[in-house]
Amino acid sequence: MGRIATPATGVEKSRIALDRAVIRFAGDSGDGMQLTGEQFTTESAWAGNDLATLPNFPAEIRAPAGTLFGVSSFQLQFGSQRVYTPGDRLDCLVAMNPAALKVHLRDLKTGGLLIVNTQAFDKRNLDKAGYTANPLDDPTLAERYRLHKVDMTGLTHEAIKDLALNTKEKDRTKNFFALGLVSWIYTRPLEPTLAWIEKRFAKNKDIAEANTRVLKAGHAFGETAEIFSEHYAVEPAEMAPGLYRAMTGNRALAWGILAAAQRSRVPVVYGAYPITPASDILHELAMHKRFRVRTIQAEDEIAAVTAAIGASFGGAIGVTASSGPGIALKGEGIGLAVTAELPLVVLNIQRAGPSTGMPTKTEQADLMQALYGRNSEAPVIVLAPATPGDCFYIAYEAVRIAAKYMVPVIVLSDGFLANGSEPWLIPDASTLPPIDIQFRTEREGFFPYLRDPATLARPWVKPGTPGLEHRIGGIEKQDVTGNISYDPENHDHMIRTRAEKVRRAAQEIPPTSINGPATGDLLVVGWGGTYGAITAAVERAQAEGKSVASVHLRHLNPLPPDLGHILREYRKVLVPEINSGQLVRVLRAEYLVDAVGFNRVRGLPLPTEEIHEAINQLLGSK
Amino acid sequence: MSPSEAGAKEAPKYTKKDFESDQDVRWCPGCGDYAILSAVQKTMPDLGIPKEDIVFISGIGCSSRFPYYMNTYGFHTIHGRAPAIATGLRVARPDLKIFVVTGDGDGLSIGGNHMLHVLRRNVNLTILLFNNRIYGLTKGQYSPTSELGKVTKSTPVGSADRPVNPLSFALGCGATFVARTVDRNIPHMDEMLKRAAKHKGTGFVEILQNCNVYNDLAWNVIYDRESKVQHELRLEHGKPLLFGPPDDRRALIMEGVTPKVVRAKDVQESALWVHDETNVNAAKLLADLFAPDFPVPIGVLSAVDAPVYEDLILEQEQKAISERGPGDIAKLLTSGDTWKIS
Repeated sequence: MGRIATPATGVEKSRIALDRAVIRFAGDSGDGMQLTGEQFTTESAWAGNDLATLPNFPAEIRAPAGTLFGVSSFQLQFGSQRVYTPGDRLDCLVAMNPAALKVHLRDLKTGGLLIVNTQAFDKRNLDKAGYTANPLDDPTLAERYRLHKVDMTGLTHEAIKDLALNTKEKDRTKNFFALGLVSWIYTRPLEPTLAWIEKRFAKNKDIAEANTRVLKAGHAFGETAEIFSEHYAVEPAEMAPGLYRAMTGNRALAWGILAAAQRSRVPVVYGAYPITPASDILHELAMHKRFRVRTIQAEDEIAAVTAAIGASFGGAIGVTASSGPGIALKGEGIGLAVTAELPLVVLNIQRAGPSTGMPTKTEQADLMQALYGRNSEAPVIVLAPATPGDCFYIAYEAVRIAAKYMVPVIVLSDGFLANGSEPWLIPDASTLPPIDIQFRTEREGFFPYLRDPATLARPWVKPGTPGLEHRIGGIEKQDVTGNISYDPENHDHMIRTRAEKVRRAAQEIPPTSINGPATGDLLVVGWGGTYGAITAAVERAQAEGKSVASVHLRHLNPLPPDLGHILREYRKVLVPEINSGQLVRVLRAEYLVDAVGFNRVRGLPLPTEEIHEAINQLLGSK
Repeated sequence: MSPSEAGAKEAPKYTKKDFESDQDVRWCPGCGDYAILSAVQKTMPDLGIPKEDIVFISGIGCSSRFPYYMNTYGFHTIHGRAPAIATGLRVARPDLKIFVVTGDGDGLSIGGNHMLHVLRRNVNLTILLFNNRIYGLTKGQYSPTSELGKVTKSTPVGSADRPVNPLSFALGCGATFVARTVDRNIPHMDEMLKRAAKHKGTGFVEILQNCNVYNDLAWNVIYDRESKVQHELRLEHGKPLLFGPPDDRRALIMEGVTPKVVRAKDVQESALWVHDETNVNAAKLLADLFAPDFPVPIGVLSAVDAPVYEDLILEQEQKAISERGPGDIAKLLTSGDTWKIS
């Protein structure tokens, strides 16, 4: 497979090497921007770049055309060095209509490349976007940015005028023109997209032909049109050798569950109710019945979690997923799993709230909900993946620990990780830690709440096992026997025992890895989907010679046993989060450390730039 | 395991005692639940299922204490959710025989949604709904089956809610087996339990049950000896709908699309309404009937065949495995678009 596409033949134009580039495709919801972005991502992965993506789309399925709230965009950063985030400021913006320009122009760097589809800038669309005059006629636009006005709609129609398609069908291929053009600008190989078109439209030759021609037309336009005097190359990144694939967080979670089902040789019952942005996990798992993953599209969130609990009671691995509002509904069920001491995996793909909030936008404000969001004291293990690919390992680990400790595990992913993708080094499945599930069959000395001395887990018994018939439930029970008990001392003992069992899971946590010096002026502590932004900001500060390190927590309950010690090795501690300060509160309470938060809750990933600033501010005020 | 293997193993010869757990039963003295518990324990040996393969699942309420008293596997869960828990269990373990024990509040109020969906899915399990028309465990509030105008602690001048009829609800949800029995009619309860337990799909049994503390004699129309003779209509497949004392037999007939009570001797045999369990539409008409204007039907209203939820799920799984082999994560990880970096 070619690492860098061969330069186009014909008109030779100068090619400038870049370390990295940030591109955003923006258009109407119906303009196919997600697809365009995904294909550009595949092309960049082919070219050997490291990359990170940020799909951003409205919750409305078919938002009214041309409106500001109907704008859909796809951003990616690709580079010849390690790429941690989709990028903050844009090097290139493709705006397919006036609304897209209005919404996204503010993110384009001064001097950045601005490509617009002129035909969409008609009176009707300008009105909808709230422009009183055509912004393309404003000379300051061309002064501030490298503006390229391209009649993409017209050129698209011209390229396929002889095909037997109607105007609407022809219109819909114009995103491939944009893709072809930008692919030329950044020297991306077209092969993966051509192959994709052939496969995707195998049953509709005309559409396949149209998309192919339009893609090539866009590419050729860049090559030949006088307006583009130069284009760019981004060399392959130095990446660990091996076989890679593009991976999104939701697919990685699903595959982690599949891997756990196979390794444990125990069927998985996955209960879920459709909710953005978690539904893709259900869709993915439903395709892989061969792994003995049985999916139940439940009648509601409560049924989804309780069906999973029923399955766990039966000796299967019960898994459920949702987003914040659904997790709220599952709270009572999770409490039942806590007291029944059954394994359960709960995936929370966090989104902006409260209530319905902004369903398609990211947030990490459900940490407190995961830690404390149930009646009484109902401790659970909480894990959080750092990157889309990490979701695979975290889901696998969640199943392993849930079964080992007979306890619910909540996984906090988020909308950014769920839909974002990264080049992912495919692991050797045989190196995953074993999931060794032992069901008790021995009658001698059996009690339902007799505990393993190391983990405090009670025995997992499958109904159907002769001689071990027993009853469990949500009522407080006597330790060991499991009989109903209202004894005050027993209740106190059980509250402590359930908490201690979760604490014992700390023995599963590897030593915390520190990015930077082991002691210094500032430690930046993060969790979840902010990993990339924090790492990029910290490495920038380190390159400036600052005494800064970062740690990224994948285990939020229990916390890593070495964390308290690490925190004390730095003069200051900064905790960037997409919430109003949740982990920072936990760290302050747990370790009596004067950690400070950096908090922005916009429904978007944290910008590297702003974290970098926050680092400098905190260091400057020493 | 293959779908619906319950009963495939040979069961030992059990007695009622084998199904009695060591827990003290904690219902109020005189509660109708005692009779139901006894009937269920007595029925179990007749099912021919090893007791380790039997699971009782319940929600919250007086009836939901039931699993603790059965020497089988049991799970006393949370309010209203037993049908959902049981669905998950059944999908994981189609080899088990599952009973759901619930009440009018647990099953039709807080858990009404789950009841709807377990019935429409036709999950293979048996639901025993104890209907005493009152919230007992929370000390006497009106329930979703309480009559309109019911005076309780929470409705001192009478409830404003119209009641739901469990049988009509179940039939409306597409239940494939719907029956009614009475806590004070042990032989009939035995018969209904057996029928429901052997049904392939969801067997729904409403058990009219007495709460002697908060709603005593709510079903007196069917308890009182004289009233029972007047009102009880035993449904038997293939038999005409006749009821009432021997010297004053009455017939339930159809006049157009409306049920009507007439003197039996006034009706020609050909005009009698012959009960047909496979006629769901007729069952829907019967479900709505009640004293004083109509008889109170007890027995199997409806028993029909329909696809079973977990059988379909497992068939899909087995088909996928037999066609393409068991899943292999190593192959999946490297499937589709990949690229090598050396």
